[in-house]
Amino acid sequence: MSRRVDAAFARAKRARRAAFIPYLMAGDPDLATTEMLLDALSGAGADLIELGVPYGDPLADGPSIASAGTRALAGGTRLRDALALAGRCAARCPPLLIFTYFNPVDRFGIRAFAREAAVAGVAGAIVPDVALEESEELRDTLRAEGLAMPLLVAPSTPRERAARIAAASSGFVYVVSRLGVTGAAAAPRFEALSVQLAMLRELTQAPLAVGFGLHRAEDVQRVATMADGVVVGSALVDAYAGSRGAEAARRVTEFVAPLIAAASA
Amino acid sequence: MTPDARGYFGSFGGRFVPEVLIAALDELEKATAAAFADAAFWNEYHAVLRDFVGRPSPIYQSERYTAAVSAVPLVLKREDTNHTGAHKINNTVGQGLLARRMGKSRLLAETGAGQHGVATATVGAKLGLPVDVYMGARDVERQALNVHVMRLLGAQVHAVSSGTQTLKDATNEAFRVWAERIEDTFYVIGSVVGAHPYPYLVRELQKVIGVEARRQVLERYGRLPSDVVACVGGGSNAIGIFAGFLDDPEVSLWGVEAGGEGAGKNAASLGAGSVGVLHGSRSYLLQSEDGQVLPTHSIGAGLDYPGVGPEHAYLKESGRARYVSVTDAQAIDAFHEFARSEGIVPALESAHAIAFARILAAERGAHDLILVNLSGRGDKDLGAS
Repeated sequence: MSRRVDAAFARAKRARRAAFIPYLMAGDPDLATTEMLLDALSGAGADLIELGVPYGDPLADGPSIASAGTRALAGGTRLRDALALAGRCAARCPPLLIFTYFNPVDRFGIRAFAREAAVAGVAGAIVPDVALEESEELRDTLRAEGLAMPLLVAPSTPRERAARIAAASSGFVYVVSRLGVTGAAAAPRFEALSVQLAMLRELTQAPLAVGFGLHRAEDVQRVATMADGVVVGSALVDAYAGSRGAEAARRVTEFVAPLIAAASA
Repeated sequence: MTPDARGYFGSFGGRFVPEVLIAALDELEKATAAAFADAAFWNEYHAVLRDFVGRPSPIYQSERYTAAVSAVPLVLKREDTNHTGAHKINNTVGQGLLARRMGKSRLLAETGAGQHGVATATVGAKLGLPVDVYMGARDVERQALNVHVMRLLGAQVHAVSSGTQTLKDATNEAFRVWAERIEDTFYVIGSVVGAHPYPYLVRELQKVIGVEARRQVLERYGRLPSDVVACVGGGSNAIGIFAGFLDDPEVSLWGVEAGGEGAGKNAASLGAGSVGVLHGSRSYLLQSEDGQVLPTHSIGAGLDYPGVGPEHAYLKESGRARYVSVTDAQAIDAFHEFARSEGIVPALESAHAIAFARILAAERGAHDLILVNLSGRGDKDLGAS
């Protein structure tokens, strides 16, 4: 499964563009809508998709994704629902990465989670509150099932630590564009980001995907020149917030078209 | 006990936070170790506790509250006599001094009932450091007096309107804001919770309660207490007094959690919860079978929190401390009765410990001695009781 992540980055690289990686919250506002949005993103040309699992206390998320999680929880969406949704869609979608906080996984059972995710055809998992020191058991268990676990590197991460994170990361290295949480508070600091990416290039062969706070086509275009992948989450979630079904799919298709074009420019 | 290199007390603790905060926690861990190894830090801390906070806080033997049910001496550690009215200030003085040592220019805090917010605002004013306090929107309404005091002390109070709009959500928001401002901001956490090194740092700063109390009881009674009782929300006043007696196996340690209105409507993380991860550490918490954190309830706003410090989880599992609970109704009864029989209005949180102490007193005699941490005074609770 994690081979599919490698293949997605390789394909984008051959086409001389950055991989476009949108984020959706499973069950926001309902699972049927999320399924339509997965199809819309596949049709629009997403290279990988992060499928968020709603959690009530998301420490790494700003208001957009936190609110999306609240809406999904109000609809009763659980981790097992996100896995079932992935199972229905994986065969017709680009590689799916489950984006979840640790406590729901811990409660579900790390081994059960890895096994069911693999059965569902999921390609990997991103768990933002599991940093390097706490990651070993989860990484090993996911790897044994053939799943990738990209770890995050932040602007505050020192070089020596970044090297260890890159070595432990699989699929790609998730580069946080700035201090803070997800969502567009301020524009990324591109100079600092480019220095950080250059440092990471020296440390690893793994693809580097940048996320947190990217929402304008010009930001995506600029990051696409520096990195191997671009993650867009909060802005996409905001684009379909308040709608459902075909209307949500229409909004998502419309919203991502210029971003995908920018990632390819 | 000192946590291991990864911040674990047995299998509890650790650091479950986004990568962006790891560097800040590493910086804090190094600064904490350096400060704790420096006599000048402790000299200044103890001088401020003496001259500004009013320590040592006295011990006082209750004369009437348990007299009808037992001959056991009931001794109170009077944290309610501290400046700002509770044990919280012991911690904020230490963290404030540490922030200044680290060259941080701002303080950030979460607060539930507002006691920790007031204690942080007080220290910020004293040290000349601006303070931002995050507080659930519902708590801002319920605790208007403390909001007023924090503003009077120059702090900015930010109402948090996400989730349950209480302490849990205020803590989430404080972590998020800290992630943006790690370069210049010190996060003053209010209890023995959070990611390593916070549970250890706060324990060491509250340990003064137990160290003083042990010495005072020995001086006055020539023996150790048979039992030490403290209320437990996040657990800082309890850890503080327990810390003085951990190496005295003959002393029984009792943590009293908030039983609220009973099953499904309480804040008894250790008694009614299960092991999980919240706010950066593995401990007990009240959670659903899906691992979602559950809403809590307690009449004691300072106990109304779904998690508990990892060292308490360790003390529970090791059997060194025992954890029980007291309902809202029992706590309110104790609050009123204690006020009338002793001339002391306790905080509703502390009233949980007092209520349990009377139950325990019925099983103890003159040769025993029950020490209760009277963690705060009850002026803030006049509207709730």
